[in-house]
Amino acid sequence: MDLILVNLIDGLVTGLLLFMLSAGLTLIFSMMGVLNFAHASFYMLGAYFAYQISIALGFWMGLLIAPLIVGVLGAGVERYGLRRVHQYGHVPELIFTFGLALLIEEMVQFVWGKNQMPYSVPEILNFSAFAISGNSIPAYKIFMIFISISIFIGLLYVLTKTRVGMIIQAALSYPRTVEALGHNVPLIFMGVFGVGTALAGVAGVIAGPVLGTFPGMAFVLGSIVFVTIVIGGLGSLWGALFASLLIGWITTFAKAYNVKMESILNAIGFTTPENMDESMLRDLWSLTSPQIADILPYILMVLILIFRPAGLFGKRTQ
Amino acid sequence: MNDQITTDPSKPAQRMRAGSLTLTLAPWIISAVFLAILPQIFTNNSTLTIMNQMSITIVFALAYNMLLGQGGMLSFGHAVYAGVGGFAAMHIMNMSDFFASIPLVVLPVFAGLFGMGLAMIVGSFSTRGAGTVFAMISLGVGELIAACSVIIVAFFGGEGGVSGDRTYAQPFFGVEFLQQIEVYYLTAAWVIISAALMYLWSRTPVGRMANAVRDNPERAEFLGYSARWVRFYSFVASGFFAGVSGGLFAINYEILTEENLNTASSGVILLVTFLGGVGYFFGPIIGAIVFTLLQTVLSLSTELWAIYAGSLFLATVMFFPGGFAGLIMMHVAPFKLGKLRLLIMPYIKTLIPAAIGILGLAALVEMTFHVRHAAAGDNEMTLFWTTFDSHSLIAWAIAGAVTLIGLGIARVTAPSLKEAWDEANTAGGAS
Amino acid sequence: MKKFTKLGAVSALSLIIGASSAFAETIKVAFIDPLSGPFASTGANGLKQFEFAADYMVNDKGGLLDGAEIEIIAFDNKTSPKESLIQLQVAIDQGARYVTQGNGSAVALALTEAIDKHNRRNPDSRVLFLNYAAVDPALTNEQCNFWHFRFDANSDMKMDALTDVIAANEDVKKVYIIGQDYSFGKAVSDAANSMLKAKRPDIEVVGDELHPIGKVKDFTPYSRKIIASGADAVISGNWGADMLGLGKSVIENGFTGPIYTYYAAGSGMTAAFGETGKGIIRLVSEGVVNPSPSPEATAYYDAFLAKYPDANIDQTRISNTIGMLAAAITEAGTADDVVAVAGALENMEYDSIWGSKLVMRPDDHQLIQNINVSAHTNEGVKYTFDSSDYGVVKESTVEMASADIATSCKMKRP
Repeated sequence: MDLILVNLIDGLVTGLLLFMLSAGLTLIFSMMGVLNFAHASFYMLGAYFAYQISIALGFWMGLLIAPLIVGVLGAGVERYGLRRVHQYGHVPELIFTFGLALLIEEMVQFVWGKNQMPYSVPEILNFSAFAISGNSIPAYKIFMIFISISIFIGLLYVLTKTRVGMIIQAALSYPRTVEALGHNVPLIFMGVFGVGTALAGVAGVIAGPVLGTFPGMAFVLGSIVFVTIVIGGLGSLWGALFASLLIGWITTFAKAYNVKMESILNAIGFTTPENMDESMLRDLWSLTSPQIADILPYILMVLILIFRPAGLFGKRTQ
Repeated sequence: MNDQITTDPSKPAQRMRAGSLTLTLAPWIISAVFLAILPQIFTNNSTLTIMNQMSITIVFALAYNMLLGQGGMLSFGHAVYAGVGGFAAMHIMNMSDFFASIPLVVLPVFAGLFGMGLAMIVGSFSTRGAGTVFAMISLGVGELIAACSVIIVAFFGGEGGVSGDRTYAQPFFGVEFLQQIEVYYLTAAWVIISAALMYLWSRTPVGRMANAVRDNPERAEFLGYSARWVRFYSFVASGFFAGVSGGLFAINYEILTEENLNTASSGVILLVTFLGGVGYFFGPIIGAIVFTLLQTVLSLSTELWAIYAGSLFLATVMFFPGGFAGLIMMHVAPFKLGKLRLLIMPYIKTLIPAAIGILGLAALVEMTFHVRHAAAGDNEMTLFWTTFDSHSLIAWAIAGAVTLIGLGIARVTAPSLKEAWDEANTAGGAS
Repeated sequence: MKKFTKLGAVSALSLIIGASSAFAETIKVAFIDPLSGPFASTGANGLKQFEFAADYMVNDKGGLLDGAEIEIIAFDNKTSPKESLIQLQVAIDQGARYVTQGNGSAVALALTEAIDKHNRRNPDSRVLFLNYAAVDPALTNEQCNFWHFRFDANSDMKMDALTDVIAANEDVKKVYIIGQDYSFGKAVSDAANSMLKAKRPDIEVVGDELHPIGKVKDFTPYSRKIIASGADAVISGNWGADMLGLGKSVIENGFTGPIYTYYAAGSGMTAAFGETGKGIIRLVSEGVVNPSPSPEATAYYDAFLAKYPDANIDQTRISNTIGMLAAAITEAGTADDVVAVAGALENMEYDSIWGSKLVMRPDDHQLIQNINVSAHTNEGVKYTFDSSDYGVVKESTVEMASADIATSCKMKRP
């Protein structure tokens, strides 16, 4: 029972981290209709910039400055790259972000080298907040939960309660009308892109010390972010939150408990074959849940796309 | 908002028009002759190996373009069809009795059938929609099968993959395929055959309808074709030829591993196809050749090859979304107008300084890399056949100056190139 | 138009390949390992150590035979078996008769098989495969061949040494085994289970599991299980980001016992573990750098640092490889006839500067040597890794480990 609670907290941390990435991505999608493949690369840039700043000015300045730099870079990419490619259609746009992701990874390796960076948790948060039957919950995790939740609330507030948020929402659905009302729609687009990438940057800053800061960190997370927003429904902020938490908990629990395929198959009435070595299905029988934990989101996504192509919270059908 | 992923609808996929039979056949015959005499010029094994790799990529990229270019379907997991076809071919190679009774040359057919079988299963649910739904299902299925490759050891062989020996097949007119050159001819023959078949496919009603479904599925349905079934047929045909390329891979390398299935391979084939140009049948061929050279030959010269490849790719997407093929076909209009020669001088004036400037930039990048990563005291580096001290100011000044002057001249002459281009594309007028 | 592109491309190709294929009086060793991509740091570091070893041990001393120098030619295989096979062909065309590789058993298995086929089909250009780090036991067992020599201990031999050390540690009562889900991870798990059972039947294996390789973003759920199981020690064959992620997560969540690893040092990992790993991370490997085993080793390491101040010698077997190759070429009196050189390598006894006697076992071409267990620490470290204050210090040694380990290799000699 205690372990369930611990796993719930761990899954929450994973899920909220995923949410910070998918929130920006889903906003960008509902705005431009393009899946930004380079989104996780901005997350990586956030971690590397924060590491570099933390050497000189400490962790907190990194948390403050790095997302700003990432946001400005993101806005620059929109202004000088995507906007140009936009006229050619969606496939070139998508491929542009794909190429950008590759290039950013190479650039990071060029500047910082290929090794792991010794980017670590700040001293002040490097203690155990509390323990549940021997399992300590590091204070840094509590801090991560706190940061992500405040970002979600802030985002929700800005989007639904402020004038700027209203204009953004209107521009997402009816860009022409909003433009006719005298608002600068390209500027709004650039701003949303910048904020979205800055959010990814924040995620990188706070995830870098726990998940490692290395050139492959974007690739590891890259496609799972897509899976999240597709499951949640493209363009839906609530959907992104729900799907992030769902994926966080599913993967955490699948790893935490060794469910064997053999026992599932036995439970539904199959008997274990006598001689396993000869059978082509031997690998299926010996499958355990931690082995497949990280591909469960993909299975979920394919199933959802087959039965509900708009995603769980999506309104738009493709 | 239109979420349908399509390529530019104003450009039909094929511009080639069959004028007469000889004109249609000419490119194929020239290609075949060319492929046949290539090994007479380049005899060493490594060149043959690289040309084989190009051929495999060509077949795969053409198969991929059946989806992307002709059908408007963006797939992020196409490597699995080539991979599964290849794995099946490997298993056939290891079934010694059966393998000894068939000649090696037909092995790619079996591989193709397995690729096709998988495509039929996946296509049955993935081709219902186009656009994002199709792309995401392909990503999910691709990840799943790639993940299976280390879990299902019985078929995929785990980390070590599956290997075999091609020479145990029934000798084909006495040829046992011991030498690289024999494999080269086998691969070359298959490239011609598959390319021709894929070209013919694009001429069939289904192939034509794929274009229509790509551009406007609704109208296509009004013509009485089910958009879904048209997509399904394209997908299955593409799976077959992807499988063929997997079979050729199996014959060449005699080993298949997880890398044949993973998302990185799927991403690479997308890059290759787009780089070459999705709008033309021969686009992916150019893309495959250029990319293989970048990956295999440029990486012999510099560790930074991926940066150059990435930059080239981004520049292509931003400035020439038609890819290399689009770039070439842009010159058809001036050629028909008989004004191609108008472009020669402006090209020389702009492109040569630009190329020199870019090489200078590359030199600066390489020098930065050398200063940061070479051994202490090892200041000597060799670039463009010159050896110099990477820490000396003069070297940096020269490289910097070359870059600035090269790009500067290109910038100055660019407007006149634009003028010449407009002029060359305008019918009539004397000059 | 495409014909011209093709022609131009292919002529450029032959120019580049042909440029360096002119015959020269050097003994070419092709180094086929990742120099770009996710494992590039390990490959680039290995290349530095190879180049240094060739210069320091052979070329600066006047070369071999009649003054022929050893030239290391680097080929980037991007950790891909396919690219490795292409680069192998290029290397052979450029005149390399010795191929060395180490990162990734999948690549090693592909290479050893390709080399075996190549040598059978092309007797005029045979090559030897000097494997310096791929530890899959299969390479010297069911997949062995005459052309392959392994200079690292294989994973079973390392586990044999490791379990000797664990067996001697009375504090360890419960062990948790965790590894990546592929052949090497499974080999580690199998060996650990069977050897612990034989050596210390009272030790309980409280967990034995595999996780997907290179896909895990957060190791917290695994660390929770490890801690909940009450394990006193963890054994892991993980490498790269998976090792760092697992190690950091397990320690952060409150584990204090030893973590026995194969690859938790160098390539940025020592620096990244830093203070948190002190007294916890243990490493099983051949070769010792701290404390320095011999004056020659000190001189060697100092000369290396003078050349590459930021690099590590984390693979002492590289200098053993070059040293034994040089000795074998000298004994055979030729560098071109690789069968003679292979004959000289078989059964060779060689004294390593890293404080071990080395014997190349002729039955399976597996090098028998001392294996050490070292600790990650900042005390008593003369040669630190990753320009940090931390490094590894030897704790215990198993002399000539697993000298009589069984092999299923049936060597076919030409």
